[in-house]
Amino acid sequence: MIDFTEEQLERYSRHIILKDVGIQGQAKLLQAKVLIIGAGGLGAPIAFYLAAAGVGEIGIVDNDVVDLSNLQRQIIHFTADVDSPKVESAKAKMLAINPDIKVNTHSLFINHENVRELIRDYDFIVDGTDNFGTKFLINDACILENKPYSHGGILRFTGQTMTVEPKKSACYRCVFREPPPANSVPTCSQAGVLGAIAGMLGTMQATETLKWITGVGNLLTDQLLSFDAKTMDFRKVTLKRQHDCPVCGDDPLITEVSEAEVPLCDLKAKKG
Amino acid sequence: MQIKVNGEIQQVSEQINLTQLLNDNQVDNPDMVSVQVNGEFIAKEDYASTILSNGVEVDFLYFMGGGQ
Repeated sequence: MIDFTEEQLERYSRHIILKDVGIQGQAKLLQAKVLIIGAGGLGAPIAFYLAAAGVGEIGIVDNDVVDLSNLQRQIIHFTADVDSPKVESAKAKMLAINPDIKVNTHSLFINHENVRELIRDYDFIVDGTDNFGTKFLINDACILENKPYSHGGILRFTGQTMTVEPKKSACYRCVFREPPPANSVPTCSQAGVLGAIAGMLGTMQATETLKWITGVGNLLTDQLLSFDAKTMDFRKVTLKRQHDCPVCGDDPLITEVSEAEVPLCDLKAKKG
Repeated sequence: MQIKVNGEIQQVSEQINLTQLLNDNQVDNPDMVSVQVNGEFIAKEDYASTILSNGVEVDFLYFMGGGQ
């Protein structure tokens, strides 16, 4: 059990007085290791809230530098950060909020060669990426490495999220078998996104992460939550793990992450 | 007859198949969605041959690829 300092007791007091979290829950947070893939629209609020919550070790993966067009929604990056590496910009803000945590920066483009090793060191993974190839890659790697993770996707005025517990609950491939053909579904850089949508969905993903760590409540497993901000309609669709799923099914075809899952369709729009 | 599409009741013609329902609901490209009928996923190649019956619940799950 962690010995809390006076400062920690004060910093985390609003967690500690929550009956479901308490001192034990806060201790779990301080001992947890979470990897956020993507330091963009979703990654920004996720990184802010996990850092503020005192998640002890947070890794953040991104190979990009901050672009002026990012600032409309990627709220962890400031105007002065334009042209700086996103992971360094994010780390500085996270430590400014909470110097009590450790932040690992992974300034790389996630691919089939590095993904499994990268996620292996963490307890929970959060997908904040912007293309289908990487979303399928993260799903497959998390199933193969038995890492729970939060999927998130946004587009225009809509968002969706689900939490995956490998081989226990439906995975992304149970729902969406394979990436859609290139250009059949627009990306945010092609179709746009209302900036605050990233905040709505990212804070849901951060909440799921905190719930998984502390064991509070019921996770968003076997359900896909989606919302449309134009009407503020929220909807949960019940899902089932598919026995014929190519990665988490009874007789999986996918036993290794492959190069085919490296994003190709969206490379030219990578700044999105 | 009546069916539920994304949680809302719709009046549709008898013998409607999934391809027609997607068209009627402005899902122009079937690659944009994954479809469940009464909680079971339907393979894309089976959309045209999937005839919907009265009272079924159909869910369109949209691909959303953004995040950055």
